[in-house]
Amino acid sequence: MNSYELMVIFTPVLSTEEYNAAIKNLKKFITDNEGEIVGENVWGLKSFAYPIDKKTTGLYYVLEYSAPATFNAKLLVQMSRDESIMRQMINALDKHAVAYNNRKRNGGSAAKQHSVTEKEEA
Amino acid sequence: MAKTDIKYLTTNRVEVRQKKYCRFKKMGIKYIDYKDPEFLKKFLNEQGKLLPRRITGNSMKFQRKVAQAVKKARQMAILPFVTDLLK
Repeated sequence: MNSYELMVIFTPVLSTEEYNAAIKNLKKFITDNEGEIVGENVWGLKSFAYPIDKKTTGLYYVLEYSAPATFNAKLLVQMSRDESIMRQMINALDKHAVAYNNRKRNGGSAAKQHSVTEKEEA
Repeated sequence: MAKTDIKYLTTNRVEVRQKKYCRFKKMGIKYIDYKDPEFLKKFLNEQGKLLPRRITGNSMKFQRKVAQAVKKARQMAILPFVTDLLK
């Protein structure tokens, strides 16, 4: 069971219900295929740094999960079929990344915008 | 008066440059998050291009991690590929 992080950009055309439905459907797909969800981060509507197929904003969603290695291929096929998803990225997380995400999720002093020992240097 | 004969009253102290260090090793940062544009902007110039190692002072290992994180952020439209006056 490796840990992965999925970031998805939905088209801004989706209303909030469709957005939540799409998120629920993603999560269900993961839990159905014996993956388990570690944490999620709903960014919502955010503007892009450059236009993607003529759109300048998108609905971002970040999901951290752990799943067997064979699972991601199925997830990619599922997502590419879904036309409400503009862009997606799956990253494998090493132990430092997992520790970082846990720290961030458990409010490891949210003021520190980076990792635990980041002191704002001169 | 040959050029070398110029005598200065005080010794001509060349401005001593502060020794560069890798901020990741010094602060013990192990993971560079691609979702955090403010932090990654420290490693980009005004046009959004990656700064070289001799400017950022990073060690090779972390310069590569920064480069990977910036490229992921660019892919997910968090950071621009090219821009002007990024800061």
